[in-house]
Amino acid sequence: MAVEFEPMIGRYFMLEVGGKSYRIYMEEAGRGIPLLCLHTAGSDARQFRHILADADITSRFRVMAFDLPWHGKSNPPKDFRNEDYKLTVHGYKAIINAVCSALELKSPVVMGCSMGGRIVCHLALENPAYFRAMIALEGADKLEPYYNLDWLYRPDVHGGDVQAAFVSSQVAPTSPDEYRWETLWHYMQGGPGIFKGDLHFYWLDGDFDDRSPQIDTAACPIYLMSGEYDCSCTPEHTLATAQRVKGAKTTIMDGMGHFPMSENPALFKTYLMPVLDEIATIT
Amino acid sequence: MIEEIQRRVNADQALQHRGRWVNLTFVFGIGDDDYLITISAGKITDVRQRHLPTDTGSFSIRASKDSWDKHWQLSPPRDYHDIFAMLPKQIARIDGELLPLMQNLQYFKDIIAKLRDGKGDENGC
Repeated sequence: MAVEFEPMIGRYFMLEVGGKSYRIYMEEAGRGIPLLCLHTAGSDARQFRHILADADITSRFRVMAFDLPWHGKSNPPKDFRNEDYKLTVHGYKAIINAVCSALELKSPVVMGCSMGGRIVCHLALENPAYFRAMIALEGADKLEPYYNLDWLYRPDVHGGDVQAAFVSSQVAPTSPDEYRWETLWHYMQGGPGIFKGDLHFYWLDGDFDDRSPQIDTAACPIYLMSGEYDCSCTPEHTLATAQRVKGAKTTIMDGMGHFPMSENPALFKTYLMPVLDEIATIT
Repeated sequence: MIEEIQRRVNADQALQHRGRWVNLTFVFGIGDDDYLITISAGKITDVRQRHLPTDTGSFSIRASKDSWDKHWQLSPPRDYHDIFAMLPKQIARIDGELLPLMQNLQYFKDIIAKLRDGKGDENGC
């Protein structure tokens, strides 16, 4: 019996950004409106495999998901041994802008989760005319740390195990066990110190509640979608963000945690499709 | 009810295996009552109420009885569904030497969640 391949294609390309060169891995499927997907801190683009395999989406959207430098199958810079990885607002925006430019995307939709959900609002603030719309999953303009990041990267604690154990609190208890553990497996596989470096942006460098009222949602519609059980970017954080981003459309997803696309893809689809339908009508 | 944790954990061979490096006593607080839970190679060997001020453990995890009751519901409400969801909302508190907790975090979350309604019937328990 012939093997049945999934529809996404995975490829590598070289990306120059910030004076460094990175070999980037990305997967894509579909044709139509560009939909660029940004994974969460400490994970990689495998989180979007269900979106990439969904014909109801890929029939209208060109779905792309790439691993950030240092993540998944993307390489760190060649001299990575000489630096501690630390993501910043400036560096994160530069990578996404460089990817959009390298892929020659025209009016893309960007859907990011967690730290990806934060950066899309930064991008909308900076260049609203370029983007068709932004979908911020589990994203907020102001967050507070609730554990010491040093636990994530030290020789006497297994980084993969503790990362997965930390974020397991952010998965809804009602999400299917199969997908809960697949989501956590990605965290178990992260490079040393990478989740910690991402959380530098997520918790310490990414707040922009003082500027979020300046986002022009008429030029770039913003959709804020957060899970009921997310104890990191809580529904309260998202609702507070929505009050500041005038015109943002907000959905609190019942029965969902911090990783909607990977922890419960079937339930997430019921929330995502109306948003994609609306975005498809934007001219 | 807390004594039930010993029977349920010790009946789960896979959970014991995941905790095979754990050898300590920790304090589990339910409201004003503290319990000392002693673990040897992932197996719970003793659960006893704290009577003396000198009875203590490597670290402690405490919450109110009402909060643990919510945590142990089969479908726990948000903020009560995981110890690390309870901490930021100040529903639970941890103190002491946290290194062994962090080294085995999922194991400790799993043994406490063993008291969740409907848990504990796996592996022949």
